[in-house]
Amino acid sequence: MSVPQGLPLIDVEHLTMRFGGLVAVDDVSFSAQPREITAIIGPNGAGKTTVFNCITGFYKPTVGRLTLRGGERDYLLERMLGHEVGQRAKVARTFQNIRLFPGMTVLENLMVAQHNKLMRASGWSVFGLLGIGAHRRAEEAGVELARGWLERIALIDDADRPAGELPYGAQRRLEIARAMCTEPRLLCLDEPAAGLNPHESAELNQLLASIRDRDGVGVLLIEHDMSVVMKISDHIVVLDYGRKIAEGSPAEVQDDPAVIRAYLGTDDEAIDG
Amino acid sequence: MGARLPSMLKDAGLTAFVAAALGIFIVGFRTVDVGRGLTFDYHLVDLAVAVVTIFFGRLGLSLAANGLRWPAMALGAAMIAAGVSPLQLPSGFLHWFVALGGVLLVIRGAWPWANDAMAAAAKSPSGVVLGQAGAKWSGWLLLAAAVAMPFTPFADQKTMDLGVLILTYVMLGWGLNIVVGLAGLLDLGYVAFYAVGAYSYALLSTQHGLGFWTVLPLAGMMAALFGVVLGFPVLRLRGDYLAIVTLGFGEIIRLVILNWFDLTNGPAGIGSIPGPTLFGAVFAETPPAGKQTVSDMLGIPFDGNHRLIFLYYIILVLALITNLFTQRMRRLPVGRAWEALREDETACRALGINPTNTKLTAFAVGAMFAGFAGSFFAAKQRFISPESFVFIESAIILAIVVLGGMGSQIGVVLAAVLLIGLPEWFRDLGSYRMLAFGLAMVLIMVFRPRGLVAHREPSLRLHPVKPGGSG
Repeated sequence: MSVPQGLPLIDVEHLTMRFGGLVAVDDVSFSAQPREITAIIGPNGAGKTTVFNCITGFYKPTVGRLTLRGGERDYLLERMLGHEVGQRAKVARTFQNIRLFPGMTVLENLMVAQHNKLMRASGWSVFGLLGIGAHRRAEEAGVELARGWLERIALIDDADRPAGELPYGAQRRLEIARAMCTEPRLLCLDEPAAGLNPHESAELNQLLASIRDRDGVGVLLIEHDMSVVMKISDHIVVLDYGRKIAEGSPAEVQDDPAVIRAYLGTDDEAIDG
Repeated sequence: MGARLPSMLKDAGLTAFVAAALGIFIVGFRTVDVGRGLTFDYHLVDLAVAVVTIFFGRLGLSLAANGLRWPAMALGAAMIAAGVSPLQLPSGFLHWFVALGGVLLVIRGAWPWANDAMAAAAKSPSGVVLGQAGAKWSGWLLLAAAVAMPFTPFADQKTMDLGVLILTYVMLGWGLNIVVGLAGLLDLGYVAFYAVGAYSYALLSTQHGLGFWTVLPLAGMMAALFGVVLGFPVLRLRGDYLAIVTLGFGEIIRLVILNWFDLTNGPAGIGSIPGPTLFGAVFAETPPAGKQTVSDMLGIPFDGNHRLIFLYYIILVLALITNLFTQRMRRLPVGRAWEALREDETACRALGINPTNTKLTAFAVGAMFAGFAGSFFAAKQRFISPESFVFIESAIILAIVVLGGMGSQIGVVLAAVLLIGLPEWFRDLGSYRMLAFGLAMVLIMVFRPRGLVAHREPSLRLHPVKPGGSG
């Protein structure tokens, strides 16, 4: 699992995504380190989610190379079919508008996340149907993994409730736990703090920090809530109109004139003068 | 309440007027060819009886809706009495119409009580335990009843035939439930796989002399193969688009069967298909050359019903296998992936689940069971033609799945009994019996919009269900 010393977890090089005449992402390059939280910020429509969709296999980039470093080999994400990014390269993601399996229980949501591992254990259902082989043990291990996550996100008592019945904040946490149950190398979170109250945002901060420190997973984060971004990010990439306009530590980015311009607009005096 | 009576009467009068206006052309008079031209055949008395029934029915419904349950139920009881009385109504159908209207009214009157009682029972701890026990044991009770059915005194030929028919639809419903209920793929061409199974057996048995038990797995595999081949190009479509394309494929298969005269004998169909054998013995009064009859083998006198009972148990076992398989699959990763795919395909992809493969397995497994059922159908009917595999069959099977409650196994049984059983029991009504089919559908949609059994049991639980606690 571990990335060779000193190399980034993912290298995004010259990523460009065009939709017809519209250039949503224009020659963006950045890297994310393992065991770090890298935030991608920018005003609405800056192309953040498009970058995510390219990394997670939902879009095929027009130009660019996305190299994910696994333990033994590198994965070129731009060449993989949609689900292979999750299955092989082990990149997990959450969505801006929560996408749980609302009719299934909380526990089932976490079990579905372990699909590929459990499918192998059940001999692609053949052994599982006959009740032979390591399937039962694998299933128990899967439940244990899920139980651990349910304890961490404080949903253990709701394990058998349909996921759609949970309150909004709990659904956000569950989606993160579900992504983590795929045992990813890289976790991509698309606005995880959207719609959370300050208390829930603080809890989210703790959860993300523990994913970084305890699980050692690299996190890529899109977020508008600056209280989250500035507190927990190790590295920030700022996009505007599809271009990267700044990159650096939270403190550096905060003082960058280009970032201030993108967020607050150009000063009247600057135009007049 | 008295003040509202005039408005209720007015409402009932309006309803009766609409019914009369609609009915006068449909029921009131018909054209009859008397040789030298068309004349009118008047049925105004029929219409009058129907309109009066509708007037009182509507009045009763308004009364019940306004909380006047007793008058509504009294009205219903009066209508039942009128329906079953020796009173000479112009047709037998009107007797049924009036009586059924009365029954509905009584049910409507008693509905709030039943509802309250159910709600109270669902809250009280003993009610919860009872409900759980009911959910747990109702399946076994149904199974015991199904096994014992041929030995009950009322198991005459007609009932047994109906039992076989219902079980066939239960099996098809369970098979389609995998595709529609679990994987959420709206398949309107399911009957195509049924046809593939039926023709596989018909052709292999009549042309190559293979027996039922040899062909059964082959027919299933053949249908599954068709499922994969047809599924591969279409399963990247979603929702409505998938439904339309599967509908098209269903028709294509039927048209190929209809027109490939050399292979399938076209519209004339395939006849004299051998029935299933019991350890090589056939069900017949006189054995064909080189065969033994079952009655000789067992040393019992020949009875035409034996064949029917045997068929009944075959389809019962086949249906149970379908059920068992589905129940097991649901608890395996692939079954959970099917349900996850139904809930959100995009999220599945993000979790590294291959949507195409997962859908294909659901499609193939569903098709396989249709293939089994089809080869049973061919063996039972001994004659098949493309007419048995028209779109309405797909629609009925889909209706069974949807009305039973998507994904619910016991719901499929209940819906099959209602939708297949009712029209057969009301066969006396002639062409009006399809009204019973429609009525069953409407009633289910009104009272159980999410299907008869909407409850979904999780495929696994972290916390065992506490007795007395809500699950």
